[in-house]
Amino acid sequence: MREVAIAGVGVTQFGELWERSLRELGLESGMLALMDAGLETEDVEALYLGNMSAGRFIQQEHIGALIADHSGLADRGVPATRVEAGGASGGLALHQAYLAVASGLHDVVMVGGAEKMTDVSEQDAEETTGFAADQEWEVFFGATLASLYALVARRHMHLYGTTPEQLAAVAVKNHAHGAANPKAQFQSRITVEDVLRATRVAEPLGVYDCAPLTDGGAALVLTTPERARELGRPAIVIRGSAQASDTLALHDRWSLTEQRATRIACERALKQAGMSLSEVDVAELNDAFTIAEVVALEEIGFAKRGEGGRCAPEGRTALGGELPVNTSGGLKARGNPWGATGIAQVVELYDQLVGRAKGRQVEDARVGLAHNVGGTGATVVVHVLEAVR
Amino acid sequence: MTGVRFWREFGSRYRMLATRCPSCGLVYFPPREVCRRCRRASLGKMERVPMPRAGKVMSFTIVHQGQKGFEEQVPYVLAIVEFEGGITVMGQVVDCDACDVSIGMEVKPVFRRIREEGEAGVIHYGYKFAPMCYPVCAIDDEGAGGPG
Repeated sequence: MREVAIAGVGVTQFGELWERSLRELGLESGMLALMDAGLETEDVEALYLGNMSAGRFIQQEHIGALIADHSGLADRGVPATRVEAGGASGGLALHQAYLAVASGLHDVVMVGGAEKMTDVSEQDAEETTGFAADQEWEVFFGATLASLYALVARRHMHLYGTTPEQLAAVAVKNHAHGAANPKAQFQSRITVEDVLRATRVAEPLGVYDCAPLTDGGAALVLTTPERARELGRPAIVIRGSAQASDTLALHDRWSLTEQRATRIACERALKQAGMSLSEVDVAELNDAFTIAEVVALEEIGFAKRGEGGRCAPEGRTALGGELPVNTSGGLKARGNPWGATGIAQVVELYDQLVGRAKGRQVEDARVGLAHNVGGTGATVVVHVLEAVR
Repeated sequence: MTGVRFWREFGSRYRMLATRCPSCGLVYFPPREVCRRCRRASLGKMERVPMPRAGKVMSFTIVHQGQKGFEEQVPYVLAIVEFEGGITVMGQVVDCDACDVSIGMEVKPVFRRIREEGEAGVIHYGYKFAPMCYPVCAIDDEGAGGPG
């Protein structure tokens, strides 16, 4: 297997972008990534695209070909592959693109993610995101994704004494980070009181405990470190790329409060990188719901089991803390366009590792970790990036 | 969506039929065709067995923004219930006030209307969970026969 580097990144504005279509979001992010890399469309040998449910959101399937077509790749017959794994679609597309370069099959690969979620009503969008859970045995009985994470949160509170205030601190932190990200959906700070007083979604979770519905696209250009050097690009190398699976339904897990696929994927990615978590300087973790970031911190080994809730209130995961988590604003504030999210996390890490994350830069960041989750944890993808200086 | 899709699941939705691995004895609900422990060796050998009739609430949530088709039921309680043998099942808790639901509460499955289906025109029935003491303490004129 060859080493794989990121030559350039691109991300669109995230938000409720009523004037933008899926094909525009996919195209813009890809073109931004190409320009960043200093490459031409002709250099792209293959396209991988993360997309969760264009069929439900805009009644369009066959998304790989669509984006290849509108990017000008289809005229050359460039292969295009759409990857779907719920909220982990983007991360899994990156894993596939990584394999395509690492295997020697391709030298320059474009990997993007895009989702257009606001063309349908909020109710329809929430129904669709629920399809990342088990339709027959969860959704059928009235479950939404928020309600499933609420079940995790309640159990976590019961077992470990985690409090609503501790969960709120996750949202407060990520909004504070998002306030420094001009591409974020929400660029406003909030308080713990705002989170606790907000409309309830599924107790104990309220609106501010949940990531929003978002339109957006993000893209990366992958190549070999040698090619990146020839292009005069900073050497940002993907040291680890790993995926793990778990049961689709939450009630089939051996434990409600553990996310085993996160633990396994993280261990695999760090092992492949030959690194330990202590070497990671900045992380983008799944915070689709506040409890999700708490559980992720425990599973990656940053916090002890049951103590993940303490990290945000103690400032350990804020910018300037021991391990800044979700400097982009996370899914909560940057926004969560499902298929794009896993790619957008890596865009943020890239900007951090090359030192251009203005207003939210982690000093001397060398190693970054991205953690992308599908559903309640049935698919988890972890990437470890290193700036080679 | 055709109604046929839902008929397939009647055995487990209506009667809570589980499957049991004859090799290791593990019971699965929702049913599985392959045992998670014995895997290929269990293929084609799983037995249909009834579920235990008593469980305890492991975790619960009061849902205010309901799933599509459940809008008229909000707020409703969803729980994960642990049955004897460690089988865990998700479903609604009914026949009690939402604020009375707690972790560890003993419940039993009851047969109820789940929701009305728009496209197929099929009214869905299945299991929900009621406090173990129901109907002794939870019955009343308005609540007992309702859709729950």
